Amino acid sequence: MTERHPVLTMTGISKAFPGVRALHDVDFRLFPGEVHALMGENGAGKSTLIKVLTGVYGIDSGTIILSGEPVSFRGPMQASAGGVSTVYQEVNLCANLSVAENIFIGREPRRFGAVWWGEMRRRARALLTRLDLDIDVNAPLASYSLAVQQMVAIARAIDVQARVLVLDEPTSSLDTGEVAQLFRIMRQLRDEGIAILFVTHFLDQVYGIADRITVLRNGSLVGEYTTAELSQLGLVEKMIGKELDVLERLDEQPKRELAVLERGTPFLDARELSRKGSVAPFSLTIHAGEVVGLAGLLGSGRTEVARLLFGADRADHGDLSVDGRGTTLRNPVGAIAQGIGFCSENRRLEGIVGELTVRENIILALQAARGWLRPVARRRQDELVDKYVKALSIRPANPEIPVANLSGGNQQKVLLARWLITEPRLLILDEPTRGIDVGAKAEIQKLVVELSDGGMAVLFISAELEEVLRLSHKVAVMRDRTLVSELTNDESVDSDRIMQTIASGAGEERATT
Amino acid sequence: MSEWKSRFRALAGHRLFWPVVVLAVMLLANTVYRPGFLAVQMRDGHLYGSLVDILRLSAPLILVALGMTLVISTGGIDLSVGSVCAISGAVACLYISKQPDQDSLGAMFTALAMALGLALVLGAWNGVLVAVIGIQPIIATLILMVAGRGLAQLITEGQIITINADPYRAIGLGHFLTLPLAIFIALGAALLIAAITRRSALGMIIESVGGNAEASRLAGIRSGRITFLVYVVSAACAAVAGFMITANVSSADGNTAGLWIELDAILAVVIGGTSLAGGRFFLSGTILGALIIQTLTTSVYAMSISPQTALLFKAVVVIAVCLINAPAFRAKLVRRKPGLPPADVSGDQRKERVPA
Repeated sequence: MTERHPVLTMTGISKAFPGVRALHDVDFRLFPGEVHALMGENGAGKSTLIKVLTGVYGIDSGTIILSGEPVSFRGPMQASAGGVSTVYQEVNLCANLSVAENIFIGREPRRFGAVWWGEMRRRARALLTRLDLDIDVNAPLASYSLAVQQMVAIARAIDVQARVLVLDEPTSSLDTGEVAQLFRIMRQLRDEGIAILFVTHFLDQVYGIADRITVLRNGSLVGEYTTAELSQLGLVEKMIGKELDVLERLDEQPKRELAVLERGTPFLDARELSRKGSVAPFSLTIHAGEVVGLAGLLGSGRTEVARLLFGADRADHGDLSVDGRGTTLRNPVGAIAQGIGFCSENRRLEGIVGELTVRENIILALQAARGWLRPVARRRQDELVDKYVKALSIRPANPEIPVANLSGGNQQKVLLARWLITEPRLLILDEPTRGIDVGAKAEIQKLVVELSDGGMAVLFISAELEEVLRLSHKVAVMRDRTLVSELTNDESVDSDRIMQTIASGAGEERATT
Repeated sequence: MSEWKSRFRALAGHRLFWPVVVLAVMLLANTVYRPGFLAVQMRDGHLYGSLVDILRLSAPLILVALGMTLVISTGGIDLSVGSVCAISGAVACLYISKQPDQDSLGAMFTALAMALGLALVLGAWNGVLVAVIGIQPIIATLILMVAGRGLAQLITEGQIITINADPYRAIGLGHFLTLPLAIFIALGAALLIAAITRRSALGMIIESVGGNAEASRLAGIRSGRITFLVYVVSAACAAVAGFMITANVSSADGNTAGLWIELDAILAVVIGGTSLAGGRFFLSGTILGALIIQTLTTSVYAMSISPQTALLFKAVVVIAVCLINAPAFRAKLVRRKPGLPPADVSGDQRKERVPA
């Protein structure tokens, strides 16, 4: 193994879009049987590099050599036929087709010219067994969670005889157990000699699985390192190219004090609120100026709680009072009128309106609250939008481009801006930092602290316990669609204790059923 | 030199560039075939000529297509506009035919108000089916498309109602400032809709609902109300178009008035650049699309192509227009240098689905 040859060598890759130098003279190597993490902030050029590799974009200059042969793919289909398979962050499958159909779509096994359904199902089952995934291959994909869908996407990718497997943020929607499962599969594939290019924002995961790291910044190569020689802090510094003062300052802060806020009428008081098939009765209070963290595994009912509190779903039972007055939230309009804002975890489907401009997306909730007959004057719009584009450093700082052209982190900031200009009294943030880079993450965390200092109540939902603990005054723990525990975030609370709460809760459930 | 080049490129990149080119080519082809085509004469204080005819005849289509644009922008479709044309025309003609003095202005306005009122009810019916009950728009409006013809027949009792009313005829054939009145009615409606949608926030909110209905709901938009509203507006536009169509011939035929106009309207919207998937809408593009379709129809008749093959000819031209309007197709046709902006590529891919 000493004289290994890279399976993939990209040399001097440059790619410019009008006004943007997406990649500049980037070199990248990938060896067979390794997991290679491609790291960088949002907009550093990771996605562009992957798209250049898989032929989504052409390159302006540079060469791509795959197994000794220069290649230039003209699209992902051709790339995957050439041995480069990609699984994207957003699941790009057809939700209404069956699992088996999704795995074999475009290359169905055939017999006598017709699709050979039996063979397709048999091979799909075999593949999924290899991934240790016990699901019905005939069921529509939509009947499974996003995490399972992601696994199916990987199954589809590895069925093609892939030499290079590109995983573009495959873990952003997976919980811990599922990540472990994915890593087991990745190691298995690596040991089979497949080269895996892995993009993620989770530093722990990089150190958990990657053999080698390539860092990009602003479209340029920073360097290639082995995981052993680069510390986590060193990696982050290379990615953002500056000292980590923002993050450190947040870390140095003592746990947040909140004795004062607990007194008085809570802004929001939910008692035994529930919705059949969605979330079991729960009680929760949120005071003005308080950050309440909602922890729990993926699918534990965190989002369902948020949706009930925002009126996105209607509660069947229970009482809700806002500002001490009993109320029923029939729809988001009602919740917004009460001063509640909600950033969904599903940015693309429930957050942004991709076709509309950044300005229109930011103004949307405010305009909706005023009604269409009372348009926000254009000058006022520009003022507000300018203010928040600057305050949240939304990039590119051009409010007149479609929001779909922005990176995930910047789209998230646009959504934050949308709610901030409505000056809400309670802001519900569902996974606001998922899939966004370290710098933007720190900025959003800082913003949450500032907002709560300014008197806004925040319900903060995140799968990252460190983040929840860093920001929250109080942590509510969800498990199996039940709110199992509410902890005041004092010295006695750490991520271990929350993990235990999640785990022990699960134990009780098993005992009773 | 390069400045000219970049200017041309900016011009060619404009949404309306290719529709305008198509229209120009069509007019040119007509002129070649029939040199007098572009001539416009003044007679009795009115302008006459093929161009004026095209404008006048395209007025109902423009009206219907404007309403259709808003419906399509929300991600819906309204197949019932043709039937609404027939019903409103039938109601207006029936009322006027029963009057002792058909030339009475009062009678005409009462007739228009009654027919418009009925059209609003029909639009509300569509709106309720789509926005409240949640039936898919194509099915919901298909109901009225089919049932509406029956309703129109019921109103006319299966007969063609002929009237002899000068004020009503003026809606289709009258003149104002040397030009046909119908042109001004269509123009007025276009300006009104443009003013309401673009001066208020209605346009953006419609586009938001069409672009991402769930995100819009979570942003606090009452998308049900907006959806309801666009079907009502569409029916109102169709009603006025129905007046024009029946006024043109001074008679109401429940069977043929506004027949297949929904398809021409949808085509006009698509040629104008509005995506059938919903989202951004372009009123100016729609008007241009309607003019293209009417020019095509007029040309087919003028070139005395037999009616049997006329539809086929029309289909071929429409396919060509849609293809040339699709940036992805043009890119394939003219092998461009690499370096196309990524933003445009994604945007184009979305639009590309429209004409196909």
